[in-house]
Amino acid sequence: MASRRQSAWRPHLVLMAASLAFIAPFVWMLSTSLKHESRIFPKPGKPPQWIPTTERLDEQGRRLVTYEGKPGVEAGVEESGRHVLEIAGERISVWPEDFDVQQRIGLHWRNYVDAFRRVDFFQNLRNTLFICVTFVLGTVMASSLVAYSFARIPWKGRNVAFVLVLSTMMLPYQVTLIPLFVVYSKLGWVGTFKPLVLPAFFGVPFYIFLLRQFFLGIPQDLSDAARIDGCNELGIFWRVILPLSKPALATTALFTFLFEWGDFLYPLVFLQDERQYTLALALQQFQSQHESAWGPLMAMSTVITIPIIVIFFFTQKTFIQGITLTGLKG
Amino acid sequence: MTRMERRNLRNGLLFAAPYIVGFLVLTLYPLLASLYYSLCRYNVIRRPVWVGLENFRTLFLEDPLFWKSLYNTLFFTAFSVPLALLFSLSLALLLNQKVRAMSVYRTVFFLPSIVPIVASAVLWLWVLNPESGLINGMLRQFVGIEGPGWIADEHWAKPSLIVMSLWSVGGAMVIFLAGLADVPQVLYEVAEIDGAGRWSKFRHVTLPMLTPTILFNLIIGLINAFQYFTQVYVMTGGKGGPVDSTMFYALYLYRNSFFYLRMGYASAMAWLLFLVILGATVALLASSKRWVHYHGE
Repeated sequence: MASRRQSAWRPHLVLMAASLAFIAPFVWMLSTSLKHESRIFPKPGKPPQWIPTTERLDEQGRRLVTYEGKPGVEAGVEESGRHVLEIAGERISVWPEDFDVQQRIGLHWRNYVDAFRRVDFFQNLRNTLFICVTFVLGTVMASSLVAYSFARIPWKGRNVAFVLVLSTMMLPYQVTLIPLFVVYSKLGWVGTFKPLVLPAFFGVPFYIFLLRQFFLGIPQDLSDAARIDGCNELGIFWRVILPLSKPALATTALFTFLFEWGDFLYPLVFLQDERQYTLALALQQFQSQHESAWGPLMAMSTVITIPIIVIFFFTQKTFIQGITLTGLKG
Repeated sequence: MTRMERRNLRNGLLFAAPYIVGFLVLTLYPLLASLYYSLCRYNVIRRPVWVGLENFRTLFLEDPLFWKSLYNTLFFTAFSVPLALLFSLSLALLLNQKVRAMSVYRTVFFLPSIVPIVASAVLWLWVLNPESGLINGMLRQFVGIEGPGWIADEHWAKPSLIVMSLWSVGGAMVIFLAGLADVPQVLYEVAEIDGAGRWSKFRHVTLPMLTPTILFNLIIGLINAFQYFTQVYVMTGGKGGPVDSTMFYALYLYRNSFFYLRMGYASAMAWLLFLVILGATVALLASSKRWVHYHGE
């Protein structure tokens, strides 16, 4: 027993180190999003700064400094470029590189304000939510209907059809995107949300597969009993199967929402006007126009990421079950 | 056909109708149209002009950038897919040891894989920044060396993207964890009775039992790597620089279609990509008979 406990710290050590490496970029993102520009680009030779700081000032607004280990205040700047410091009642002039300005933790929230102003944030949020919610509704409705057909109705040719559904998952989007673009532009739909949400209402292969797996596990007796009670196929689907499939439907809704929230390619191809942009597209456009505005950029990235993290924390179980459901049986 | 069978067929088709319509309109028609475009010169504004195999000839013989983008993609795939497989499997094995706070670790490793790709690409652009980025900053602080230009350096750009891709192996890790949970405990007990050590238990029980999961992750990883696009689009402003070192196949295809409006040429590229992915998947599935063990066989 003793030896087993001794060896147990080793995986922990490795896991801890790996976790730090995985978390570090997130912390760096959050930290940068709260830094003033002067802290974002560190002075040469200074290590990366994890905690955003600002200069400490006294009541008269003078900077608090440290010179040769002694605290003092900065009284002014000489014409030569030397700074006048008051240390323990004495005035001395010192080159700026020879003293340190005292720092305290200081969060620079302005980056968030800047980010919200530079993109049309609330409009972009509305667009993203509209697309996400519509896509989720469409996918859940259509995919569960189709999955029901493949799982619970024994019709001739359904196995061939199901293999077809699976094989379309392998189809690279590039093969269909160009003709779809041509069709949508002829219909005048490029620059609207239609190309982005329409596919959901025809069922998405991945979720058809996921829901079918789940429906297959529901005992046939329940359907038979409902049929004896006079239920038709739609009634069985609506009153028996769907209520029993809440976990799988929740997984479908969750995955779809998260995917649409971060989707980039389709908005990039099909949206044109800035007022229609989704958050992901707006962030990319913002980045391409202000390449070194790292504070606002990290603020915007944080704002896009945090909802995902929050949703994940509240839905961990649904998440892991969903991945297991699709991964294992694949 | 009995009445029952007929009713089932009618109901089955009715329930599947959304997908059947969707398949015809959103998959089959575009697939065929794209095949037709690939044999045409076409810029959306004018009608397609039939040119036969001209697009393919130009791709193979006159377009060095096509070959470069293919090389970049294969390079990326050849490193990122096996490394990601190894990495996600190692993390899953570590987490599978019934360690305390396992769900916390799992969350930490999984989160990067669900962050919106645009956000993580912008974040990594900053992490990899040569002057003020986190990685070079830490190299200066702890190792005392000046790191390379990463994504800004022609020779380091692809390795940077490969490292970055390892940050989001969480999905594959969770699938491996599910696979590990599925290995019957009794096999380990039998192996222990036979005197197997940790390594031989891994080699002769865990690994064979995991082969279906490995195959699954391998195929998914391969398909995603061939279509690698968003990260590199965001991080290079859609240009694939420096010196085309990150001009990946999907990016070059995108530029041809939506930047230069060479829809026929891009369709030819899309069909080649499709055939490569199809070929790779079929080859993997065919080879799987030799190395994948299914439970209960």
